[in-house]
Amino acid sequence: MSILINKDTKVICQGFTGAQGTFHSEQAIAYGTKMVGGVSPGKGGTEHLGLPVFNTVREAVEKTGAEATVIYVPAPFCKDAIIEAADSGIELIVCITEGIPTIDMLYAKEYVDRKGVRMIGPNCPGVITPDQSKIGIMPGHIHKPGKVGIVSRSGTLTYEAVKQTTDFGYGQSTCVGIGGDPIPGSNFIDILQLLQDDPQTEAIVMIGEIGGTAEEEAAAFIKANVTKPVVAYIAGVTAPPGKRMGHAGAIISGGKGTADEKFAALNDAGVTTVRSLAEIGKALKEVTGW
Amino acid sequence: MNLHEYQGKQLFAEYGLPVSKGIACDTPKEAVAAADEIGGDAWVVKAQVHAGGRGKAGGVKLVKTKDEIRAFAEHWLGKKLVTYQTDEHGQPVSKILVESLTDIDQELYLGAVVDRGSRRVVFMASTEGGVEIEKVAEETPEKILRAEIDPLVGAQPYQGRELAFKLGLEGKQIGQFTKIFLGLAKLFEDRDLALLEINPLVITSAGDLHCLDAKIGVDGNALYRQKKIQEMHDPSQEDSREAEAARWELNYVALEGNIGCMVNGAGLAMGTMDIIKLSGGQPANFLDVGGGATKERVSEAFKIILSDDNVKAVLVNIFGGIVRCDMIAEGIIGAVKEVDVTVPVVVRLEGNNAEKGTKVLADSGLNIIAATSLANAAEQVVKAAGGK
Repeated sequence: MSILINKDTKVICQGFTGAQGTFHSEQAIAYGTKMVGGVSPGKGGTEHLGLPVFNTVREAVEKTGAEATVIYVPAPFCKDAIIEAADSGIELIVCITEGIPTIDMLYAKEYVDRKGVRMIGPNCPGVITPDQSKIGIMPGHIHKPGKVGIVSRSGTLTYEAVKQTTDFGYGQSTCVGIGGDPIPGSNFIDILQLLQDDPQTEAIVMIGEIGGTAEEEAAAFIKANVTKPVVAYIAGVTAPPGKRMGHAGAIISGGKGTADEKFAALNDAGVTTVRSLAEIGKALKEVTGW
Repeated sequence: MNLHEYQGKQLFAEYGLPVSKGIACDTPKEAVAAADEIGGDAWVVKAQVHAGGRGKAGGVKLVKTKDEIRAFAEHWLGKKLVTYQTDEHGQPVSKILVESLTDIDQELYLGAVVDRGSRRVVFMASTEGGVEIEKVAEETPEKILRAEIDPLVGAQPYQGRELAFKLGLEGKQIGQFTKIFLGLAKLFEDRDLALLEINPLVITSAGDLHCLDAKIGVDGNALYRQKKIQEMHDPSQEDSREAEAARWELNYVALEGNIGCMVNGAGLAMGTMDIIKLSGGQPANFLDVGGGATKERVSEAFKIILSDDNVKAVLVNIFGGIVRCDMIAEGIIGAVKEVDVTVPVVVRLEGNNAEKGTKVLADSGLNIIAATSLANAAEQVVKAAGGK
């Protein structure tokens, strides 16, 4: 088992023939992801990377039976791309693109929710179930199939956690980057629920950062619902207030959203927290007794 | 991106909101002339900076003579205003807003933000205007009224009326408030705002609602489609290095320490700052060099980091991912040579071909220390900077 995706998940790519779509689709195919086609309006009927290209997502889903779509289209066109995907009958939308206007995401998130479609991202590395399926931009080779589920707001911080769980020999069940934007398609709670229910996942690593209250909400959820050991790291203890730290969502505003508040909430919920990101693997070892 | 008060009020006026007659002036002479044009026998002069708390800092004054206007403008133009919201250096004043005086009966608060929890634009209104709203929210949260805007149907007039009645408004004020509320909701969406605040929204002695201040923040991700807002950008209000970094699409935030940081990925960049602090050092900056980490980008990043004289050593932390680390190493070496970096540089490379990359760095003959792990990198750079 795993969550969200496995070796049988049929995947299409929106923005398939663009530079990003091409590069990362090639990588995904090489990794073993079951890519079944892509969408590039106006290029329908052609072939790209040996796969069929469609004009619309609806047509791609009808012809290929795709269950998941990965979006690489430029930010100005993402609201349209997400809503098109939500209308197509697809089950999972993974949006990698960074820099989507927040107002656009307010619409898109509301729309996918009303359609009952799950969305991961935007501004995220994607989702990977090691040795089965990779939907996104993460380097496949650092992953290893195993028993740790990882959920994170940051791309490269996820890679750090992945590397440590691989180096300790634990491996990963599924890794989900929920993204660094203020309005994510899925939040920590959505993914924690899935990891809690997944029999392959024996422990969870959660990586948060300053800004918003998603970590505090996750802490309350963990306290009430998660029985598996959780190790958490929050980035940005040294971040000054009022400054956006790269990610659109990483900002301490009105004195809210500090790393210390988040650490405190997680500690209260019985989560093992680490102050140094180099110690995630070590903390997992201690808390699980592996 | 933030706007000045006078710019915010221009937008308010466009959306039919009641604002004072005012003119933004660059010189004392213009400020005096503005008073003539506005007319009347009393005015308010306001230093224009991207920060709140101007009144208490002496940046806002009620004046009755043109001599006072001239004196105020001469005092502030070209100087820096320090308020509780700025750093100790303050923000430069290059414009003075001269406005007609408004007789105030009561001060209210009206603001809107993108609320992450509810995933809605949320309006907040309060009878406690003119003070720090964060304090009101903390001490008397029941005094903050909220209205959530459903993105798929937009703001409705009833929501404005409801807020107005709860604020204790009456008669013509109900209609006035509703009009302001709907205008702001439209402005928020049309102009891709991230935050807006009218503090205070006042009831004049004639019983009319009037927007006395305007604070507006715009979503940086949406600037590409907001040409008019782009023109309102005032780089003098930002750290010059941050503005330079933005030109190269590098995310840079200046901090107080002496260890420069160059990292790929925003989360890892914060994590790197944190681990430097844990190891006994102080980070000089946040810098996300992005996924590419090419020689050009790394060179520009070095230039920006080293323009801070406090920097005694630099930590480069790259998790290579799909890009090969030996290529990144070549880029770093090229950049160190090109920029003529003289402070010690500690490099930690991880990911694809990391060992090869580390060897390339070690063999370069430059003042580059190749670290073996993240924790080791942090220790090395703290040592190199003369700390612990």
